Amino acid sequence: MFKLLKNLIKEPMFVIGSVLFLTTILAGLFGPFLYVSMPEGATYEAPSATYLLGTDNLGQDYVALLLKGLQNSLYVGFMAGIIATTVGTLIGLFGGFKGGIVDDILNMFTNLFIVIPSFVVLVLVSASWPEGRSLTLIAVLIGLTTWPWTARSVRAQAASLRGRDHISLARINGATNLEIIFKHILPYLASYVFMVFIMQVASGILSESAISMIGLGPIGEGSTSLGVILNTAKNNSAITDGYWWGIFPAAIVITMIVFALYLLNNSMEGVFNPRLRK
Amino acid sequence: MFKKYPTVRYVLQRAIWYFLTFLVALSLNFFLPRLGSDPVDIMMAQSSFSSPEIRKQTEENLRKEFGLLVLDKQDSIVRDTVRSIVIDTVVNVVADTVIDEQGNVTLDSLGNVVVSERNETVINKHEKIEINAVKASKFSQLINYIGQVFQGDLGTSFKNQKKVSEIIAQALPWTIALQLPAILFGWIFGNGLGALAAYRRGVFDKVIFPLALLMSSIPFFVFGMVLVYFFGVVWDIFPAVGAYSLELTPGFSLDFILSIGYHYILPFFSIFLILAGGQAIGMRSMGIYELGTDYIKYAKWLGLKESRVLVYLFRNAMLPQLTGLALSIGQMVGGALITEMIFSYPGLGMAMLTAIQTNDYPVIQGVTLLITTSVLLANFTVDILIALLDPRVKQSLSMDAK
Repeated sequence: MFKLLKNLIKEPMFVIGSVLFLTTILAGLFGPFLYVSMPEGATYEAPSATYLLGTDNLGQDYVALLLKGLQNSLYVGFMAGIIATTVGTLIGLFGGFKGGIVDDILNMFTNLFIVIPSFVVLVLVSASWPEGRSLTLIAVLIGLTTWPWTARSVRAQAASLRGRDHISLARINGATNLEIIFKHILPYLASYVFMVFIMQVASGILSESAISMIGLGPIGEGSTSLGVILNTAKNNSAITDGYWWGIFPAAIVITMIVFALYLLNNSMEGVFNPRLRK
Repeated sequence: MFKKYPTVRYVLQRAIWYFLTFLVALSLNFFLPRLGSDPVDIMMAQSSFSSPEIRKQTEENLRKEFGLLVLDKQDSIVRDTVRSIVIDTVVNVVADTVIDEQGNVTLDSLGNVVVSERNETVINKHEKIEINAVKASKFSQLINYIGQVFQGDLGTSFKNQKKVSEIIAQALPWTIALQLPAILFGWIFGNGLGALAAYRRGVFDKVIFPLALLMSSIPFFVFGMVLVYFFGVVWDIFPAVGAYSLELTPGFSLDFILSIGYHYILPFFSIFLILAGGQAIGMRSMGIYELGTDYIKYAKWLGLKESRVLVYLFRNAMLPQLTGLALSIGQMVGGALITEMIFSYPGLGMAMLTAIQTNDYPVIQGVTLLITTSVLLANFTVDILIALLDPRVKQSLSMDAK
C-alpha cells in the first residue's frame, strides 16, 4: 500500500490530478459557507473588483453561484457514482463469481441497459417530473442508469478470479458464497472498483450538466448546478451577446473536475497495470 | 439450425437479441413518461378552458392520443354509461300556526298569530347518468402503443397538430448529416492519433496524451459554446447558429449549398475533436498493450518497416475499439444532440429541446424512440462487422458450432 502510494506520487499526472481535485472539493465543500455573496447588481455586469466574475442575468454574483453550483454538481456526481458503483459492482461480482444461469441473466440485463442509451432514459423520466426535481432525484436517476458499465467490467474481472486456487481452498473450508465474494474476491478488485468509481463520478457530473443543458436539470431554491448555470446563460443569450463570464467560468470548472478525475484514473491505471508503465 | 454457417447463425442470434431489446426499449419509452405523473394531467393544468364541457372534451382527446382509452374499430372512444342513484336530502323549515284545544288559532298579546317552526326532511331520489370514456388497462395500452409504432404511427404533436413522424422526418437528415461523419471521422482520427502516441511514446506521447485527456474531459456542448463564442461572436468568422442562412430559400442552388457547408464547420468540429480525444486515449492503452505482444516483437526483429508494424498494431488494437464504439455510441449521440441545441441546428436535438420546453410528450417520445432505435441499429452493425473482421471472433464462432 505504502509502496503503491510512493509510486503514485512519482507520477506527475497523479500529483496534478489530486491537487486539482482537492482544490475543487474544498471549494465546493466550504466555499458556499465562507464566501459572502455580494448584493444583487445590474444584469450581466462585467467582472470588476466588487463582482470578481461579474453578475448573471438577474444580477446575482457569479462567484457565489459558481461555488454553490460546484457544491451541488459534486453532490450529484458523488451520489450517482456511489449508486452506480455499488449496484454495478454487486451485479458484476455475483454474475462473474456464480457463472451459469445467474450470470447469463445478469449479463443479459446488463447488456440490455448498455445498449439502451441512458441519456434517453434520463430525458424520459425527467420530462415526466416537471415539478420538484431535486438534486437527489437527478443523482439517483443518473446512478440507476449508468451502473451497467461498472457491472460489465467488474464481471469480467470477477470471472477471471473464479478459478483461482485460493477461492477453491476457501470453498473447501466451507466458506459461503457471500464470504468468498466479499472476503476473497472483492479485495482483489478493490483498486479496480475504486478506479471505476472515479470514472462514475466524472460521468455523473457530465450527465448532470448534460441533462441540465436541455432544461431537465434540478429545479428549486438553492439547487443551482454547474449545468444549470450554463443553461441559464445560454437561454439568456450570454454567448451570442458576448457575456463570456456567463459561460467560461462554469465551463472551466466542469472541465477541471472531470479532467482531474481522468488524470487520477489514468495515473492509477499506469501504476496498477505494469504494462502501461514505462 | 445453420450449424454449417456459424456466421449466419450468429447474425440471426444477434438480430433476435436486438429485437427483444427493442421491445424492452419500447416499453420503457412507453412507461417512463408516465412514471412521475400523468402527462395528460400536467398538460391540462397548464391550459385554461372556457367551459367544463370543452375541458372534458380536450382531456378525452389527449387521453385518446396517448392511447389511454379503449377505442372501437372505427377509432372512436368507447363510452360507458354509469348510472347512479343520487340521494339529496333537503331540509325545509315549515311554519305552523299554533292551534289550541278548541281549534282556534292562538294569538299573542298584540293580536298576531303565534307560529311554531319545525324542520321537515325531504328525501329526493333521482338517477344521475354519466357517460365516461373507458380507460384502457396498462397492458393493453402498451400493446396498443407497440402496434402503432410498428405501423409507423408515432402520434400527433400537441402544439401544432403535425404528425410526429413528419417532424422527425424533417429533422433526421440534418442530424445524420452532422453526426455520422463527425462520429466516424472522429473515431478514425482519434484512433490514429492514439496508435501513434502508443507507438512513439516519448515527447509525442507526453504532448498528445494529456491533450487528448483534457479534450475528452470537456463536455461536447461546453466545447460547442466556446467555439460559438470565439469563432461566431468575437472573431465572427463562422455563423453561430442555424444550418443555413435564413435569407436563402432552401433548394439546390450553389449559394444554399455553400451556406450549409459554412454553417456545418463549427458544429462538426465541436463533436469531432472531443470524440477524437476520447478515442485516442482508449487506443493508446490498447496500443501499448499490443506493443508488448509477441507478434509485434517478432515483426520488429524481422526488421519490418515501421509503417508496416504500425498497420499490424492498428488492425489488432482497432477491434476492441470498435466494440468500444458500439457501446458508447449512445452517449456520443446524446452529447451530439445537445451540441445541436447550442448551434440551433435544425436536427433531432433541437426538435427534442422545443418539445421539452412545451411539454410536447408525443414528440419527446418519438425522438427518444428514434435515438434508441438508431443506437440499437448501430450496435447491431458493429457486432456483425466484428464477427466478419475479427479472426478471433470468427474462430470462436465456428468452435461454438461444433
